[in-house]
Amino acid sequence: MNASAETEEPGRTRPGILTFVRLWLGGWPLAQIALYLGTLLAVFWLGRNLVANMARLGLTPGFAFLEHAANYEIGEGFIAYAAGDSYARAALVGLLNTIAVSALGCLLATVLGVTLGIARLSANPLVSRLVQAYVELLRNTPLLLQLFAWNTVIHLLPGPRQALSPLPGVLLSSRGLFLPAIDTGGHGATLAVAIVGAVLAMRLILKLRRHLAGPSPRRAVVLAYLAAVLLPVAIASGFGVAFTFDVPSLKGFNIRGGISMTPEFAALMLGLAVNASASIAETVRGGILAIPGGQWEAARSLGLRPFSVMRLVVLPQALRIILPVMTSSYLSLTKNSSLAVAIGFPDLVSILNTTANVTGQALEVIVLMLGAYLTLSLATSMVMNAYNRRHVLRGDRR
Amino acid sequence: MSFHFGLSQGLRAAAVAVAVSGAFLSTAKAGPTLDAIQQRGLIKVGVGTSPGFFAPDSNGKWQGFFVDFGRALAVTVFNDPNKVEFTSSSPQQRLPALQAGEFDILLSGVTQTITRAFKLGFHFGPVLFYDGQGILVNKSLGVSKAADLDGATIGVQSGTTGELNIADFFRKTGKKYTPVVIEDSKEFVAALESGRVDALTQDSSDLAIRRSQLAKPDDYIVLPERLSKEPLVPAVRAGDDRWLEIVNWTVYATIQAEEFGITQANVDEFLKSEDPAIKRFLGVDTSLGEAIGLDPKFAYNIIKAVGNYGEIFDRNIGPKTPVAFERGYNQLWTKGGLIYSPPFR
Repeated sequence: MNASAETEEPGRTRPGILTFVRLWLGGWPLAQIALYLGTLLAVFWLGRNLVANMARLGLTPGFAFLEHAANYEIGEGFIAYAAGDSYARAALVGLLNTIAVSALGCLLATVLGVTLGIARLSANPLVSRLVQAYVELLRNTPLLLQLFAWNTVIHLLPGPRQALSPLPGVLLSSRGLFLPAIDTGGHGATLAVAIVGAVLAMRLILKLRRHLAGPSPRRAVVLAYLAAVLLPVAIASGFGVAFTFDVPSLKGFNIRGGISMTPEFAALMLGLAVNASASIAETVRGGILAIPGGQWEAARSLGLRPFSVMRLVVLPQALRIILPVMTSSYLSLTKNSSLAVAIGFPDLVSILNTTANVTGQALEVIVLMLGAYLTLSLATSMVMNAYNRRHVLRGDRR
Repeated sequence: MSFHFGLSQGLRAAAVAVAVSGAFLSTAKAGPTLDAIQQRGLIKVGVGTSPGFFAPDSNGKWQGFFVDFGRALAVTVFNDPNKVEFTSSSPQQRLPALQAGEFDILLSGVTQTITRAFKLGFHFGPVLFYDGQGILVNKSLGVSKAADLDGATIGVQSGTTGELNIADFFRKTGKKYTPVVIEDSKEFVAALESGRVDALTQDSSDLAIRRSQLAKPDDYIVLPERLSKEPLVPAVRAGDDRWLEIVNWTVYATIQAEEFGITQANVDEFLKSEDPAIKRFLGVDTSLGEAIGLDPKFAYNIIKAVGNYGEIFDRNIGPKTPVAFERGYNQLWTKGGLIYSPPFR
């Protein structure tokens, strides 16, 4: 009955119910229906079994256990946690650890990968072959082995009592890297927010100014940002916040004070980043090779130097090809961070495994893990796609 | 981690039905686990990896204290110590694997706890080894008791009760520590040797074994304190009473034999004994076996094949082995220890 409508206004009508059903059922409607029902039945069967099995084990399905006290300690985290806090808080510690190690890993992998990808195209056979060997080695060995190797290398550093001190205040040992920190007497977070706010405000002001009065000299821009950073600090000290240096030193069993990066964190981050850098290098190489030679020749004929050709002409075009593939490298890096448990970094999986082991709520814990990684992955994809649309596909508007 | 889905549930129900109907014919009712074992002709045992307790020898044949109890079980069920298959499983994976039916029994140094019994659905056999959580430290730290470890970094193996015990211990004493939770056994030991952690905590028996594997064992010491009770038991899935009782009485047979003074070497001489208890135990008087539905000679077969509890202990982990454990709590009750068998009558 809709057929006549479709012929009258081609491409503008919505499909009628029949067309819609036909679309869903495809060429073999009976087989399709059987498949739908079969899938539904399988899901129902599995679910019923699951509930029956949990009942048999005396497990109450649900996430109520998350509020109970978790009686284990966690080695490191970005928020305060102690044995006796809730399982939910423990899971949050793990999630933040996973995010931190993945984010830093992605950053490092990008820098390394892009550099190596470009180096792989070098005319110098030594450079290009070395990078090729690097890429092949990393892509053809299991990540878990690489993590063990990194962990071993980092553990070979001297113990805390014989810590290396390459710079005054900096200590490097098998317990990790310790750097002096600025102690703000507990106002660190407020100050950080103030500085970020001031920098964002300055950015807006500069944009407005450029819009009204044309580009400012580079030196003025640098000074303006510097002022944005220093102003909150100056105001804070005006209100009596004392800034002292917290220099790490050996106390008791450990080095204390300053900010530190544990060996497991370092090993995991390095391992993930180096591993991902190999595939990113290949992506970058492929992206660059896909740019027609004419672009190079044209840029060179304008008198641009090789570095500028790469930076101004080739890379921006190659980015269109590179970026979507790079997103998947980031996603696998994040997911691979779950190997942390093997080397002792308390990531989300490690902490949730312990939770499952203690509470027996394995199913809920797996659902939590799935949810967390799904959210992280989708968020990464979203950000990358947004960046792609905004800066790459439409060209950089700045 | 895996779960038991669908099909096998149906099969189990069928197995239960068969077993229940079979119960009218035979004197005893078999459960799904035992049925599966008998059909397969093989017992699947989950073990760990620690020389002395469980480790494959140079021929790939599993050897060790817990392994011998697996062989004893095969004797009870099949009268053949080789009808058993050992598979190593990590502390993190072993319980879910047992629950999923990958193993018929865990002989991997599982600690008996109330949570595991009620919430996780496991049942436990008799204590095979009385252990307690200890701490392994480098002597150069000058630490003599656990309380000296305030502020220390301590390595913990994931999936063990140790993770909770050490947290409890430090909370109780109001001291601080930093855990490094590691799943991989090799990395766990390497963390101590490299100085990444100040101490390792685990069941003290396990620590003694790991200490013997270090490059310089004499630089390290297992602190004398015990932070917890760790009764290491065979673990089975709940819901198969018959299988659990077979596990129980297989272990008890090795203990009772030691109490009687019956060993692998002299068991044949004991067949001539006039003691009615020994005659019942060894199946010379078959009344006991007929009553319980097991082979009347099952105890004799076990002792003949693997020896009594004391022999199993001495052969694998006793003072003359590299692990060199004293019997301690694991001595017979008649000699001041905790090892005890209910009566065979």
